Amino acid sequence: MAGLTPRYVLRRLGMFVLTVWLGATIIFIIPRLAPGDPVAAMVSRLMAQAGYIENSAEIIAAWRARFGLDGPIWVQYLAYLRNMVMLDMGYSLSSFPSQVDEMIADALPWTVGLLSVSTLLSFLIGNTIGALMGWPRVPAWIRALLPTTLTFTSIPFFMLGILLVYVFAYELRWFPPTGAYGRGLSPGWNWPFIKSLAQHGVLPVMSIVVTSMGFWALGMRGMIITNQGEDYMILAEAKGLRPSRVFLQYGIRNSILPQVTALALSLGGIAGGSTLVEYIFAYPGMGYLLYQGIVNTDYTLIQGIVFMLILGTATAVLILDLLLPILDPRISYER
Amino acid sequence: MSVTLSHQIGERRPAGTENVVLEVHNLKVYYTTPTGDVRAVDDVSFEIREGEIVGLVGESGCGKTTTAMAILRLVQSPGRIVGGQILLDGQDLVRLNERELREIRWTRISLIPQGAMNSLNPVMRIKDQIGDAIETHEGRLPRKELQERILKLLAMVGLPSRVYHMYPHELSGGMKQRVCIAMAIVLNPTLVIADEPTSALDVVVQRVVGETLLEVKNRLGVSMILIGHDMGLMAQLVDRIAVMYAGRLVELSDVYSLFKEPLHPYTQLLIESIPSIKERKPLKLTEGLTHDLRNPPPGCIFQLRCPHVTDKCREVVPPLLEVQPHRRVACHLYYDV
Amino acid sequence: MSAATDTPAPAVKTVGLNRWDSPWLNTKFLIGVGMLLVVVLMGLLGPLFWDTTLARVASSPLNLPPAWVQTDNPAFGEPTWDHPLGTESNGRDMLAVLIVGTPRSLRVGVIAAGIGMLVGIVLGFSAGFMGGWVDNVIRTLADSVITIPSLAVLIVISAYVRTVSVENMALLLALFAWPGPTRLLRSQVLSMRERGYVRMARLTGASTFAIMFKEILPNLLPYLASSFTGNVSAAILAATGLEALGLGPTRIPTLGMTIFYALRAAAILRGMWWWWGFPIAALIVIFTALFLITIGLDEIANPRLRGAKAR
Repeated sequence: MAGLTPRYVLRRLGMFVLTVWLGATIIFIIPRLAPGDPVAAMVSRLMAQAGYIENSAEIIAAWRARFGLDGPIWVQYLAYLRNMVMLDMGYSLSSFPSQVDEMIADALPWTVGLLSVSTLLSFLIGNTIGALMGWPRVPAWIRALLPTTLTFTSIPFFMLGILLVYVFAYELRWFPPTGAYGRGLSPGWNWPFIKSLAQHGVLPVMSIVVTSMGFWALGMRGMIITNQGEDYMILAEAKGLRPSRVFLQYGIRNSILPQVTALALSLGGIAGGSTLVEYIFAYPGMGYLLYQGIVNTDYTLIQGIVFMLILGTATAVLILDLLLPILDPRISYER
Repeated sequence: MSVTLSHQIGERRPAGTENVVLEVHNLKVYYTTPTGDVRAVDDVSFEIREGEIVGLVGESGCGKTTTAMAILRLVQSPGRIVGGQILLDGQDLVRLNERELREIRWTRISLIPQGAMNSLNPVMRIKDQIGDAIETHEGRLPRKELQERILKLLAMVGLPSRVYHMYPHELSGGMKQRVCIAMAIVLNPTLVIADEPTSALDVVVQRVVGETLLEVKNRLGVSMILIGHDMGLMAQLVDRIAVMYAGRLVELSDVYSLFKEPLHPYTQLLIESIPSIKERKPLKLTEGLTHDLRNPPPGCIFQLRCPHVTDKCREVVPPLLEVQPHRRVACHLYYDV
Repeated sequence: MSAATDTPAPAVKTVGLNRWDSPWLNTKFLIGVGMLLVVVLMGLLGPLFWDTTLARVASSPLNLPPAWVQTDNPAFGEPTWDHPLGTESNGRDMLAVLIVGTPRSLRVGVIAAGIGMLVGIVLGFSAGFMGGWVDNVIRTLADSVITIPSLAVLIVISAYVRTVSVENMALLLALFAWPGPTRLLRSQVLSMRERGYVRMARLTGASTFAIMFKEILPNLLPYLASSFTGNVSAAILAATGLEALGLGPTRIPTLGMTIFYALRAAAILRGMWWWWGFPIAALIVIFTALFLITIGLDEIANPRLRGAKAR
């Protein structure tokens, strides 16, 4: 694979580690900067509930040890880092005795599913629309697609979500307003479940896709137009190649690369936006779990989820970065 | 006012049979601007014979590249071919539709572009870029056959076989230019247009590329239009020279006579400006102004800068006439029209 | 006989730049500015025409639909022009909420983006101009922060540090607002650094500072402006997102918190569209306006984008 030099891979891995560490450190430091000691508050709240929890004394002692409340901040920090790396996030405060990592594991597939489907769809559709703008003989109705998609770009994901719920779930009753699948259905490879899954998924996915399509379309159109003036395009035409080949191999292949870079940069924002979408739709992914954590001031849950979000986003960016040299043989030379 | 030709490089066959492969009649290419049409190419006529290299020279903006682009029907908007005929083996290229154009492009007429740096697709390997021209026009070929053919081609232009797998950014400027040359001849066209193929290169590489061009011409017998403004290089490569000024053809003659005795005043200025190792020449600054290409003056196009201008020059457009065997010039000094 | 003395050059028609060709008269830009102006005016002049105390809880009758709506839903009160945009379950008048809440959102965005831009200018210039390890550190840091999902981290922070004031929230948002401008400025400075006029300035011995401010910065103004409006949009989005989750100020109504209350009271499914509808509408107007301004400024800065049509 041209361009995938060891130096490039190492650098990308370094960025990955740096990003995750930076994020983890931020969410470690901030609570400890806040006035008052949230940890103590949490512990005392746990103690207040102690009457209903077995072995409460041991649990509380375990918490103190876990948080190293007795130790200096450096010890706490290192213990925290070690825990995060091992993905050991402790117990959820509000849903005790559930473990945070179990709760996350349950919610993760939903978020991954929602995010990957939405991102993929919006990237593909958006870039296709943008690319079509560069094709000479394009019918007028396709041309009109660009401004249409653009009008939606300024609407945040979750607001479109609210609108969609109101129009399609409340007024028209075409789709269900909340949840990932109907109650009473058992998850598995059976048709009623899959059908319900699809039905529940349409509106959340639409909220993300419709709003982000325009962004990709605009960018792609700009790239295609810029590339059309390039010398290699003129030569390709002079070679008498078929227009489709010129468009695909010479035009699109050169235009798609900056788009992939832009995708990597936007993943952080998409992750955040989908969190809110899950919240609106009560879609049982990490975003909704996070909201519940906020409502219940379940600090360990919040911390665990956010760390996973950081980790997930950084991983996705890493994968994209490693894919880039395969698409564009010049990449490792330019970095 | 004479220049002695230094040694010749490569072997040069005299211009072959009288077979004409390209005829350009009264070509006009104008660029539309909000304030009027810029006459980039204004009533240009010439012909190219089989197996000869014709140099097309002139200063920047005189219309040489536009002429070449027009022959390939690659003029970009806002330019357009306003009139004239371009006959390639008798077929008028101006009248062809898109599909017919695609058929003759590269198979009968090809281009060696000016900036090889940017003319190769950055994301495709060399083998694929040469290969797609072959396969588009000849259909799919077995891999081995295709590979052999491309490797032979690379060898002909003096490139090592490892170039086959490489990407454009891994090659030097001279190598990229030679790839473009190889690509241009892959389908054995009748005519190759080389647009300033050495302009962006240093002198040593220029020589190599120049030699490659000659070699290619000799081996394949292909006709060439060589566009440039380096008179010295032209002298060593071409059989005939066409001199353009402000969109018009002012002189067309065989290369020896042109250098020995340039007829048109503009050509005289060009030759005079070539530095010589042997002679000591004063720096000659031309007086006069260039005109606005949207609003050419009536009469001769060179009147504002010509040291020999007369009243007739300001009224009557001098036609390109043959005043000596194989020598054409558009100047009232040489005839009475 | 020299040609120059005899014949004067043929007169060339010079076409002066028509006022109406000015790049600033960009349609998108102007429409965006117009929309924004409407919103700002509503916030500024609104209190003069409407009683803003009606934005307080329990100041108005509950659950009134907007005045023009016909409804026979027993859960709702009788619409009246005393409350033209309706009221919600806590007794707030929607028009008052809009008048009070919209300027809030704008302020948060402007302050956060402003701080982000300032930091971005300083860091971006330093990175682009000084190069070397300074550039490496800044660039790596900026790339890193961009990858971190800002909303998620902001949620954590807000959950612990219950921010109340607009300024505090803006500061928080600025934490994540600086990498974008930094990257932009850096790449612009890098490309400008090698331009002719900068080299000339260096040759004449101008100090780095002088070069930065007198030569480079003026040419970057349209980019800076478009980056700023883009950042304002992003900051308002982040702030609204946080508020919609309930992490905003509780004593004063903001657009985001209104949406939060609406969602918490299941307003969507109860059909009380005016509760969340008007805040969303106001926000969409703001976002669209900022978007148009940003694109318009892009076109003003880069003439190649104007009217670029595919051939």
